[in-house]
Amino acid sequence: MSGRIVGQSVERLEDRALLRGEARFVDDISFPGTWHVAFVRSAHAHALILGVDKTAALEIPGVHAVLTMADLEPHLSDRLLRVALPSPAYRQELHRPVLADTEVVHVGEPIAAVIADSRYIAEDAAALVVVDYDPLPAISDCRDAMAPGAPRAHKNAPHNIAAEFDMGYGDCDAAFAKAAHVFRESYWQHRGVAQSMECRGVIAALEPMSDVLTMWSSTQTPHAGKRVLCGLLGRDEDKLRVITPDVGGGFGPKLVFYPEEAVVALAAQLFGHPIKWIEDRREHFVSTTQERDQHWDMEIAVDAQGRVLGLRGALLHDHGAYTARGVNVAYGSAAAITLPYVIPAYFLDIKLVVTNKVSVTPIRGAGQPQAVFVMERLLDRAARELKIDRAEIRRRNLVSGAQIPYKTPLKTRGGMQVVLDSGDYPACQAAALERAGWEAFHTRKAAALAKGRHIGLGVANYVEGTGRGPFEPVSVRVAENGRIHVASGAAAMGQSTKTMLAQVVAEQLGCDMSNITVVAGDTGAIELGMGGFNSRQAVMAGSSAHAAALKVRQKALHVASHMLQVGEQALEIEGNVVRLKGGDGPQVELAEVAKAVAGLPGYYIPGNVEPGLQATEHVIINDMTYANGTCVVEVKVDADTGLVTVSRVVFAHDCGRVLHPKIVEGQIIGGIAHGLGNALFEWMGFDENAQPVSTTLAEYLLMSSTEMPPPIEILHLESPSPLNELGIKGVGESGVIPMTAAVASAVEDALSPFGVSITKVPLSPPDLIALIHGASQEKRS
Amino acid sequence: MESVAETRTIDLKVNGKAYSRPVPVRMMLSDFLRHELKLTGTHVGCEHGVCGACTILFDGRSARSCLMLAVQANGHEITTVEGLASGAEMHPLQTALSEHHGLQCGFCTPGMLTTLVELLNDNPSPTAEDVRIAISGNLCRCTGYEGIVAATLEAAGRMRASAGERS
Ligand code: FES
Ligand code: FES
Repeated sequence: MSGRIVGQSVERLEDRALLRGEARFVDDISFPGTWHVAFVRSAHAHALILGVDKTAALEIPGVHAVLTMADLEPHLSDRLLRVALPSPAYRQELHRPVLADTEVVHVGEPIAAVIADSRYIAEDAAALVVVDYDPLPAISDCRDAMAPGAPRAHKNAPHNIAAEFDMGYGDCDAAFAKAAHVFRESYWQHRGVAQSMECRGVIAALEPMSDVLTMWSSTQTPHAGKRVLCGLLGRDEDKLRVITPDVGGGFGPKLVFYPEEAVVALAAQLFGHPIKWIEDRREHFVSTTQERDQHWDMEIAVDAQGRVLGLRGALLHDHGAYTARGVNVAYGSAAAITLPYVIPAYFLDIKLVVTNKVSVTPIRGAGQPQAVFVMERLLDRAARELKIDRAEIRRRNLVSGAQIPYKTPLKTRGGMQVVLDSGDYPACQAAALERAGWEAFHTRKAAALAKGRHIGLGVANYVEGTGRGPFEPVSVRVAENGRIHVASGAAAMGQSTKTMLAQVVAEQLGCDMSNITVVAGDTGAIELGMGGFNSRQAVMAGSSAHAAALKVRQKALHVASHMLQVGEQALEIEGNVVRLKGGDGPQVELAEVAKAVAGLPGYYIPGNVEPGLQATEHVIINDMTYANGTCVVEVKVDADTGLVTVSRVVFAHDCGRVLHPKIVEGQIIGGIAHGLGNALFEWMGFDENAQPVSTTLAEYLLMSSTEMPPPIEILHLESPSPLNELGIKGVGESGVIPMTAAVASAVEDALSPFGVSITKVPLSPPDLIALIHGASQEKRS
Repeated sequence: MESVAETRTIDLKVNGKAYSRPVPVRMMLSDFLRHELKLTGTHVGCEHGVCGACTILFDGRSARSCLMLAVQANGHEITTVEGLASGAEMHPLQTALSEHHGLQCGFCTPGMLTTLVELLNDNPSPTAEDVRIAISGNLCRCTGYEGIVAATLEAAGRMRASAGERS
């Protein structure tokens, strides 16, 4: 079902300002008298701080202060940022200090903030702040952290385990005991960096007349940020406002509350000057959270036909130095691995291991790409050993269309049962295979091989939990000039949130997108909010927008029917008027309706309704809705150089009802590009002392236009979710999830003459050459 | 520290408008445009010359304003993203980018636009491959580049058509 606006690729509300250079990103905001911050950051992965000498820095003209924890502590309710999501799995508390003052546990950890007239001066002075370190042994590789007698990543910690838990169901022992075949393998997906093109940034200013402290931050979660700051600074809720301005990409790490936000906000309060800090790219590499390093030791049990009987093993998850969000990434991995398939017995032992590296929190995909990589690799392995076609073994194990809604034995982190609510996974796989020419590929492959060329085709399925609840509020209000104002706790970071909300509202209120203003991510505009993460905003905020718009619509029609003396049923809203259906007859402008319900002293409100042409809704949806897809990738591998060229990507997916086809495709293609980068290029390197060795975009390679395959072939299947009125499922992360798995499958296929087995990503040319020459994949950390 | 505080007055034209400003000798051109002239459309994504977000047209040629000092612009003409539209009417590349969803967060967009204006000046009939090569030094984390390439081909076609009408 598609509407006049919903379901159409209408012009985005965001575009004009962005295209004309008139958008307002955080660094575009400035006030007279702004002071600028440069942070002094740890040069060591692990060290004690013996002292900080500010003398030389303070002598530089234009420097106002060098702040350390000792300066901040009297003004803070807590030294630590206690932002971790609850879980019984923690084995120790690892909250980040606002500034480190006794011990540093990763390179880049902030120690002091230099405040000066300009960033140039602040950086000059930061270079003159002398930190006296006593270096300690550092943990770079999470496997080493588990070794007996390993040094501790935090000096006084009892061990290096941040959290541990297990997940599973069914009788694994029995399943493995009766299995015709058991295959065992270890896998590794490497750590990456979000690399939003805009780094993080924050500017805060205290307005002396009202005593309101406002912080503009490139955050995905302004409401959560406000809560943390109110607590830290002891400010009343009405004396603090957090605004997310235009954001140049989020991809996960911007959902975290960071020390820099606390320091900048407090400094604005202390000095009465607006204070600004903009992260530079090198800081992004050492201070913004990262994700994906996981080591999996797995076993799969199958019967003679390749039906999976059981899956078990252990997951070592590199947690980084602190708990900046929770156990959620590892949980997400563990809960995602089985999803597309019927797996009767499952057990996973999960350990979140502390290392002396930047903290780990979700990046687009949030643990799911790793899980899909492992599951799909195991299926390829089983298919190879049993000489079954790789697509066929999947078909035999996929949850079938008839089994949906499929109640898995798994629970979400909040304890709700995981129910695969909609979709037809085998149909989705079949569509992708057909488009990709799977059946006939072996002929092409043989022909290419005869000419000495190695081409391969790979396949991967995913099921993604989207729409994390419980709610995201939206208010819709028709102003007395007829303009429609929408406000939401949802935060926009490039995924067209404003357009999405405006579409849903416009559909009910006149279908004129140009009559709608959306404020997303401003705590001053709406009281509650969760923000942008977990592919949730279209589902959660979209549902609330729909409900609120419907309420306003009903009220507008009701009041107009009184004003026009016509039955409600005969009326419609078109553009900015309420009129007789078809337009031949009496009508009244929305502005007049809004004025009428604003009330006049001593008079009835027409229709006897509550005042105000507005509604706020918080639609509560606790269960997540599950999107799915199948990706087929074709590659060409140069067996002499190890170069992989992705020549084709077919992506069949089901995200339910599509609100805006172009935006959905854009999300998918962007995710695919990210996933291809994870598969082939993106390498966040650390040496054995946990010193980062890739801290520029020349060393850490992102997908550029010339590495992208020819236009991606996207096939849409549309099974509306029964869990929300609009029938939608999230899509923001789907593209990235199956990519490392599909590329690995394709490369392994291309190199089948050499019998290589791919167990880790990214796949660098030297690694592939080594594999071709018979070596196993080498350890690199 | 005296040398870093030293300033020079520079004269330059930005988007057709003449400016004469004293600037610290070490100020980057990107910072000058953004924070002194308040032309914040030019973005800074890396400050080490890789991402291309800061790309401007310097005497008509694309250049990375994060790798130049403001004083180097003395006597030169600069076009930034703010100078591409004529009033309310957007450049064909701007319109086409919107139509093809060639931007999401829009942070890379100003650098893409200036780079592509140069491309279409040099080569009014580029192939998709030409476009990919032209923007290979401009990183975008959101779009996967497809919409940008499609938009450029479309804009090139429209520009050729309207140039044909004029001649
Ligand atoms: S900011 Fe100039 S190239 Fe990245
Ligand atoms: S649109 Fe976000 S970086 Fe290109």
